[in-house]
Amino acid sequence: MAIIEQTDLTPAPPSPPEPGHDHGGHGGPGPSAALTNPKLAMWLFLASDCLFFGAFISAYLLYRGREQDGPTPRELFDIPFTSATSFILLMSSLGMVLALAAIQRGDHRRFRLWIMATALFGATFVAGQIFEFTEFSRKGLSLDTNLFGSSFFVLTGFHGAHVCMGILWLLSLWGMSTQGRLGPEKAESVEIAGLYWHFVDVVWIVIFTVIYLMPQPGT
Amino acid sequence: MTTVEKAPPVSQREVGLLRRPRATTGFASWLTTVDHKKIGILYVCTALVFFVLGGVEALLIRLQLFGPNGTVLTAGQYNQMFTMHGTTMVFLVGMPIAIGLGNYFVPLQIGARDVAFPRINMFGYWVVLLGGIFMYSSFFLGGAPDGGWFGYTPLTSAPLDSGFLPGRGPDFWTMGLILLGVGSTTSAINFIVTCINMRCPGMSLLRMPVFTWMMLVIAFLTLFAIPPVTVALTMVFFDRNFGTLFFDPAAGGDPLLYQHLFWIFGHPEVYILILPGMGIVSETLPVFSRKPLFGYAIVVFSGIAIGFLGWGVWAHHMFVTGLGPVAISAFGLATMLIAIPTGVKIFNWLGTVWGGSVRLTTSMLFSLGFIAMFTIGGLSGVMHSVVPADTQQTDTYFVVAHFHYVLFGGLILALFAGFYYWYPKVFGRMLDERMGKLNFWTMFIGFNLTFAPMHFLGLWGQPRRTYRYDEGLGWETLNQLVTVGSFIIAFSVLVFIVNAVVSKSRGQVAGDDPWDGRTLEWSISSPPPEYNFAEVPEVHSRDDFWHRKYTEDDEGRLVPLPSGGAEAHAAAGHDGHGIHLPSPSYFPLVTALGLPILGYAAVFQNVWIALLGAVVLLYGIYAWAIEPAD
Ligand code: HEM
Ligand SMILES: [Cu+2]
Repeated sequence: MAIIEQTDLTPAPPSPPEPGHDHGGHGGPGPSAALTNPKLAMWLFLASDCLFFGAFISAYLLYRGREQDGPTPRELFDIPFTSATSFILLMSSLGMVLALAAIQRGDHRRFRLWIMATALFGATFVAGQIFEFTEFSRKGLSLDTNLFGSSFFVLTGFHGAHVCMGILWLLSLWGMSTQGRLGPEKAESVEIAGLYWHFVDVVWIVIFTVIYLMPQPGT
Repeated sequence: MTTVEKAPPVSQREVGLLRRPRATTGFASWLTTVDHKKIGILYVCTALVFFVLGGVEALLIRLQLFGPNGTVLTAGQYNQMFTMHGTTMVFLVGMPIAIGLGNYFVPLQIGARDVAFPRINMFGYWVVLLGGIFMYSSFFLGGAPDGGWFGYTPLTSAPLDSGFLPGRGPDFWTMGLILLGVGSTTSAINFIVTCINMRCPGMSLLRMPVFTWMMLVIAFLTLFAIPPVTVALTMVFFDRNFGTLFFDPAAGGDPLLYQHLFWIFGHPEVYILILPGMGIVSETLPVFSRKPLFGYAIVVFSGIAIGFLGWGVWAHHMFVTGLGPVAISAFGLATMLIAIPTGVKIFNWLGTVWGGSVRLTTSMLFSLGFIAMFTIGGLSGVMHSVVPADTQQTDTYFVVAHFHYVLFGGLILALFAGFYYWYPKVFGRMLDERMGKLNFWTMFIGFNLTFAPMHFLGLWGQPRRTYRYDEGLGWETLNQLVTVGSFIIAFSVLVFIVNAVVSKSRGQVAGDDPWDGRTLEWSISSPPPEYNFAEVPEVHSRDDFWHRKYTEDDEGRLVPLPSGGAEAHAAAGHDGHGIHLPSPSYFPLVTALGLPILGYAAVFQNVWIALLGAVVLLYGIYAWAIEPAD
């Protein structure tokens, strides 16, 4: 006990000079602000979202090969097509990087170009997904056909919804830039949108691997 | 316009349809406030209303079970009562009260002027309130949820037209819980960022008060526990409404997947409920014993250890589902292990009280009551970890007894300890101690009358969630005792409410530091000014405020410092001018309003309502994004 109480009396580590009392302390770096508040918040949200996808992916893995009737993955997948749209989604991350670099330089023209390109790449991916979904349902797979249908549509559907949300976000940034509301002090908000966008891409790599690339079970 | 006139500062520019609200008093100010203290009060008051609702449901359950073959409720109504009772107590009482107290006191304890995200903070509150109203509106819209608070599949996931749970209740339940999950996730993020980035100079992590520490731990638990249950609930909703087959055994689906996902959330959830209580008594016991917390670091680290181990024991809720001997042995063992850090804490608290100069205030009585009752609940918990014993106990009243000893005897008693301890800080007046003692003793006696006999009833075979029992099973007397006990609890809660209302205007004036406190919240006036700290404090030790008041002489006796709390007085001279605080905002409310509308759209599968919800939500988000942060 004595030891523990002792630590009470150790002197404080040197603290930064009092910043005065101009602001309510918002966004102001605390004792260990390695990340600003909004960025830390985004990282935390993404950590949480990882588990969201993790749970859906686990369900998909659990139910692999359990479909009883209706079409199976083997009969449906068009790997070259999905690989192509996946590649486009991955390339969009490059656009995001360039957009961020542009806004950090204060180059709004380039920023708008790249952010729009990123959004369009994302939209192409979503269009591919819509095409794929209609194709599958034309071939007789829907949510209630078999476990593959349930777990496939729900998992990829929620991922697609994430991409759509991201596209909306990117377009909003584009709009703010055209209206001159995206000053240099707002570059961080682009960075945060970028974190989200890259995350959605990385999640797709995992989903793509699990659904399309892993050898299909069964005969 | 001439050049002499300055352009209005950014924060006064108007955005969208709604003008930036300015009022800081009056009704409207409560709708738009971003002050963490007001939000804290809103959380606690809202949760107390739900506490009364959940209590009324419990009383109805107990009236039904007063004698054999009760006729107060039908079987269907009974199912709705225990489902809504459990759901309310966990999601609309336990979590919001803790979040409310955390909202109020975490920034004060770490010397911050506000939380990291004031508007997101308010958003979280609105989601909880609207989510609760959403769920309760089911009573008027075709029947309340009736699948139990953990909503096991395939009962809850059987398609709507299968006739198993025919009402809309289960859909309100899944959507309501998903909504509440959004709220808790946002407040978890807010707490973490606040604790990490907003501490005042010198407030290293190992100087943070234990209550703040526990709020940080549960914020992490919330962040990672909500997604699995969100996924599980989504699957249930899809199964019921859109024909997916996730939990349909006939199609190869696995109902146990639901149980895994639910309890991966559910077990951390019980720690989300109890850790704030442990944090509260770790504040009150030292103050009322005039001793530092015995083994601060150990208390903090065992809290963290509980947080980690809590992820590895979920399957102890599934011992009788046929997981196989290896799995259940492992989970039984892990469950016994988790009792160790818990037991350590109990000894820390006892060590704190031991040899101290104890003041038996109401808050202290509730704290001591907490230790005793929580220990009993913990012991019956260890009994559950022994698989063969649990096989006998599961789904009987023994389980009901166990979790009420930890939830009511643990969480609720600790929360009351917190109410009596912090009320003077919040309202500037003391709660009446005489009524307080009445409150404590009736609650303590009523609680034990209600829940102790349930141990025996359970071991004698009375099943839980069953709306009546036959005569002649030997259960009559104890069931009557239980029901009488539950009405004593209700009386006690009434005493508290009267006390809280009356004391607000007539209570004895508290002063800044009525208990001779140790932590920073006692260094400022009661109630605290809007900006909390006129000067951002600088902290030099753990329990810094105490060390500003007292020093020790050579024999270790306390000697008051002549300048005791001088800084507080110096600061009082400061009128707080020039401290910029974030402006109030409508948009957290608008954004949050979009969510229940989307919820109704999902339950009734109506595209137009969905569209409306989406428009409200998007309007809220955009207006919020454009509105300057402060
Ligand atoms: C007035 C005090 C209370 C009384 C008289 C009471 C009574 C009961 C009873 C009799 C049941 C079992 C119903 C059945 O299985 O047929 C029950 C279930 C439950 N109670 Fe309480 N309770 C009280 C307070 C609380 C509190 C404070 C909490 C949590 C913070 C809580 C959480 C629960 C939960 C989670 C269930 C399980 C519901 C289910 O089986 O789905 N209760 N309560
Ligand atoms: Cu558990």
